[in-house]
Amino acid sequence: MSQDAKGGDVGRRDFLRGAGLATMATMATRFTGASPRAVERFLATRFTELSPDEVEAILADLERDYSRRFGKEVSVSATPPMDDVFFGYGLDISRCIGCRRCVYACVKENNQSRDPQIHWIRVLEMEKEKGIDLAESSPYYDPEQVPEEDFFYLPVACQQCRNAPCTRVCPVKATWQEKDGIVVIDYDWCIGCRCCMSACPYGARHFNWAEPELPAVAVNPDTHILGNRPRMKGVVEKCTFCIQRVRNGRYPACSEICPVGARKFGNLLDEESEIRYLMREKRVFVLKEELATKPKFYYFYAT
Amino acid sequence: MDPDHRDVLPQSSSLIILLILFAGIGLLTIFSIVKGGAEIEWHEGGGLKAFAPEDFPEIEWNDPSIDQLDAAGLEGSNEAFKVAPPPFSEDIFPCTECHAEMEPDVERRVLEDMHDDIVLDHGPKERWCFDCHNVDDRDRLRLANGTLIGFDESYRLCGQCHGTIFRDWRQGIHGRRVGYWNGPKRYLLCANCHNPHAPKFRPIKPLPPPVRPEFLAGR
Repeated sequence: MSQDAKGGDVGRRDFLRGAGLATMATMATRFTGASPRAVERFLATRFTELSPDEVEAILADLERDYSRRFGKEVSVSATPPMDDVFFGYGLDISRCIGCRRCVYACVKENNQSRDPQIHWIRVLEMEKEKGIDLAESSPYYDPEQVPEEDFFYLPVACQQCRNAPCTRVCPVKATWQEKDGIVVIDYDWCIGCRCCMSACPYGARHFNWAEPELPAVAVNPDTHILGNRPRMKGVVEKCTFCIQRVRNGRYPACSEICPVGARKFGNLLDEESEIRYLMREKRVFVLKEELATKPKFYYFYAT
Repeated sequence: MDPDHRDVLPQSSSLIILLILFAGIGLLTIFSIVKGGAEIEWHEGGGLKAFAPEDFPEIEWNDPSIDQLDAAGLEGSNEAFKVAPPPFSEDIFPCTECHAEMEPDVERRVLEDMHDDIVLDHGPKERWCFDCHNVDDRDRLRLANGTLIGFDESYRLCGQCHGTIFRDWRQGIHGRRVGYWNGPKRYLLCANCHNPHAPKFRPIKPLPPPVRPEFLAGR
């Protein structure tokens, strides 16, 4: 009897689940124009718990969606962290001239929304006389030429904290630190509550308040699922050290564009790397050290 | 008639006057806001409009040298440094094209016929062409110890005086790199960024500031 009951139960549950899925898929397809696979993606679990097959399916589905939307081939990868690699970044304050090339190279590389505008890097102008004073700094400086006589510049993006407050406050665990130290966001799992933004002491996280505007000609087609793939309204985004580049050995886009070579990047576990050399030889500091967030973003003075 | 009804006329006329007054004040307020807004835009300029990388086609966002690095692969990784080619002015190299026929004039003077665009602003006033350029073979540079080197090795010449910076450059701390943090990288010569005759970095125009929050979202 109990067996009967059980069998009947499962059947009913299966039926309901199937019927529910079908209804949702039809509704979603009809009302949003999205592919039926998008519904499955919506019902999928968080990225870290997906099987390799499921990841593959989602990547293929995303590629199809983006390629159709932008009218050109867009690739989405899920390149995993390399072994024995822990990324760190160095920025030479004695060289930075505040030209903001990095800000816009980042936007281009990482497919940020053009309007409403999202910048992952914010360059702060500070008075030399006052030293590093975040409260007195301004990101809106706009002189004819930089550097200005009495000022210096401090570009700030995600500090990739080892002890990241943003990942701890996320109520749905949609953001975490990868094995190679990159703090990433699962855009499909983010509920847009913005707790992480209030937890971040560096203002490094940004919210898509409206549907991001990204012209098809401007799309960077080399994307990573946890990085620069085009985002949607209602999710948080941030610097990922250009995850789509650095996991393939490339330097981040901001570091390659910098006209004064102030930006350095490398593997903290490799003693011969540029980043380890500058930590050894130069005067180095991190932002808001007193908060014990332990950033992997090091500011230094080469001179 | 009813005394109440007689009062209606004066009451409504005062109401009309009040309405006109309100409308006037309102118009004035709107006018001043619009005018004030325009003034802000005029004076502060930045932070009102969203600019995108596409607005600056003159900037090379993706360095093409990555393709050369990829094409070269790891084969050339034994080279000392993969440096960019020296930034010669058009049709200026090889120098011997002109200089081979000419009698060297080692007298210190202001150059007039050729190379008059070069203004020396590099270290002490005594600095002179032949501190770095070789007199007999103009296609080469000359180190202080007499060693002749090519222009593609000019970092050795600069490194004679700028030792600490040279050390940093070799380690990848000074100067820009393009390529792979764990593989081949393209280095730049000192002269690719610094004009060797006047090496101080010149100021440049910054790209526009971010949009202020009050002007975000499609203004």
